[in-house]
Amino acid sequence: MKFLTEYRDPEVARQYLDEIRKTVTRPWTIMEVCGGQTHSLVKNGILDMLPDEVRMVHGPGCPVCVTPLNLIDKAVYLAEEKNVILCSFGDMLRVPGSKKSLLEAKANGADIRILYSPLEAVNIAKDNPDREVVFFAVGFETTAPANALSVVHADRYGLKNYSILTSHVLVPPAIEAVMDDEATQIEGFLAAGHVCTIMGINEYYPLVDKYKVPIVVTGFEPVDLLQGILMTVQQLEKGEHKLENQYARMVRPEGNPHAIKTLEEVFDITDRMWRGIGVIPGSGYELKAKYAAYDARLKFDVNIPEAPESDSCIAGEVMKGIKKPFECPNFGKACKPETPLGAPMVSSEGACAAYYHFSGMLEELETIQP
Amino acid sequence: MAITDQKRRMQLQCPMPKLDFEVITLGHGSGGLLTNRLLDSGVFEVLKNDILDKRHDGATLNLSGPTAFTTDSFVISPIFFPGGNIGELAVNGTVNDLAMCGALPEYLSLSFILEEGLPVKQFWEVLVGVKVACELAGVQVVTGDTKVVEKGKGDKVFINTTGVGRMHPKAQIDIKRVQPGDQIIVSGQLATHGMAIMSVREGLEFETTIESDSCNLNHAVKALLDAFGPDVHLLRDPTRGGVATVLTEIARDTGLGVDLQQRQLPIDPQVAGACEMLGLDPLYVANEGLFIAVVAAEKTDEALALMREQPYCENAAIIGEVTTDHPRKTVLTSSIGGKRVVNMLTGEQLPRIC
Repeated sequence: MKFLTEYRDPEVARQYLDEIRKTVTRPWTIMEVCGGQTHSLVKNGILDMLPDEVRMVHGPGCPVCVTPLNLIDKAVYLAEEKNVILCSFGDMLRVPGSKKSLLEAKANGADIRILYSPLEAVNIAKDNPDREVVFFAVGFETTAPANALSVVHADRYGLKNYSILTSHVLVPPAIEAVMDDEATQIEGFLAAGHVCTIMGINEYYPLVDKYKVPIVVTGFEPVDLLQGILMTVQQLEKGEHKLENQYARMVRPEGNPHAIKTLEEVFDITDRMWRGIGVIPGSGYELKAKYAAYDARLKFDVNIPEAPESDSCIAGEVMKGIKKPFECPNFGKACKPETPLGAPMVSSEGACAAYYHFSGMLEELETIQP
Repeated sequence: MAITDQKRRMQLQCPMPKLDFEVITLGHGSGGLLTNRLLDSGVFEVLKNDILDKRHDGATLNLSGPTAFTTDSFVISPIFFPGGNIGELAVNGTVNDLAMCGALPEYLSLSFILEEGLPVKQFWEVLVGVKVACELAGVQVVTGDTKVVEKGKGDKVFINTTGVGRMHPKAQIDIKRVQPGDQIIVSGQLATHGMAIMSVREGLEFETTIESDSCNLNHAVKALLDAFGPDVHLLRDPTRGGVATVLTEIARDTGLGVDLQQRQLPIDPQVAGACEMLGLDPLYVANEGLFIAVVAAEKTDEALALMREQPYCENAAIIGEVTTDHPRKTVLTSSIGGKRVVNMLTGEQLPRIC
């Protein structure tokens, strides 16, 4: 496939691996922030191909994983008790709430629809004027512009029956949270290429200066990741800490001005609860006061008590890169994608689920069990 | 696409009769006059054959020797999709299940559960789909049933088909015959059916010319068994759960390992693009006109050449090998040479956020 096969070329990949091996002289710990990158590293078998000195740890960048349990409970409540048409991206459906997942609510008869675009939810609202339609607006800066645009469209059409349940999270504050943890061992970051396609790269300069770590904006294909890792290792070996852009074919320094303008029009920045990590200041979006009519939380009286997370789950340590998934005693035993104890096991892009699906270790674990 | 042209020609030969009702009502499943009218002007006429024409409660068949027997239910939504409809799917699904046993499919039963309110025109099109698929596969519908459920208690059309077929005399299909060194051949491109359905599913529609691969595989399987008989160790059709699920089952049930080469997987570029866009892995996407043959190593090249000459199999490819390394595991060598384990999915694949 044009623009993809080039970035999956075994010969190019081998050259980058050779170069990484030649460059590295001592162990380094590098975090890829985004769950899509974790997925690609594991799915393409890259972790095993890297030299032992390069230790990749997996960041909190899976929006499905970090969506608070309470918000899933709210979505289930809206779908079941308020008779709304609840629209969502596909991978949110399987995530268990404290009592049930949206998939289970759907099986019980709730009207829950999987969409690829929030603008489709606006069309559903137009077509069903006598029903309330709620879009479960989850995601990083990548999905936020389209979700914001859905509100702009609904407002333009004068729709009174459309609202969004927001759980938008932002990458730079998450990097700060990771680095502010005393136990952190991270020495360099691969930043998420698609997030920077929207937001540009300027918000990362202060992080490079504050924490003295290299940050390389990186894509998702195997060759992208290998090149991003090489660029990070080269900086580390030279004792540098710069912001670099591996994904320049997609990412302009200023980002996508139209998308940013829409975000600024619709959202304010707010503190946000991250499942498994806790509240990170200034790490999310909420609707501006002038769009309050489209805020499902205000529109419906949804008051659901916080359900406690499993206290045996080490999600926070995994998502900050302090521990690997298999260092958790529950991994692959009590905690599996069917019965996740915490955030990183719930979506295929979470670090624990990625290890579970693609690592050979899992099979060994499974064969021991009855 | 050649199959589609042939299907369209056959469909045109079946104009819908003039009926005095436009939608299916509960009465059409009552067993009374309306049922008879629907059957007379519809089912019996379209699917005409000597056994069905007897219109008895069941069919009397003359079978001898080892016989394969299978059943399958079809509940696909939407019932019409690019490249086919639920009627064709119901015939091909059961025909292919028989073929995977190493049998030569002959007779089918056909049971409809219709939802009240279904336009008769749609029922007719499904029925013509059944007829066309039966003709292409060379099988006959010899018995059947029609029930109607209240609106909301079904989803337009559900179909159950059961099939029988005599075993091919040279077939020795058995999971126990899979040996280390056996080569794994896939008969065509992966993930086409699943992505064709996805492209028309409400809320996910995208523009594409992808058509379902639904087709009968019995002629290709017969050619393979005629030529290589016992050297074909196993046949499986990777429908739900896709190729990955079949391979993990082979590894689990044989206790051997499976090596899979990502670069050798035949995938149409449009299908690959659609999978990328929705974040789906083509290895787990459903197929309806695809089979996997596990063949003795020394016959693989000849078998592949023969398969590529068969209908719907021009893209056949060797995708992997059975091995004594990593017992019970399927290990994929990625396009860049990395290795990872391929597991069964927990549930249905769902489109990803980003």
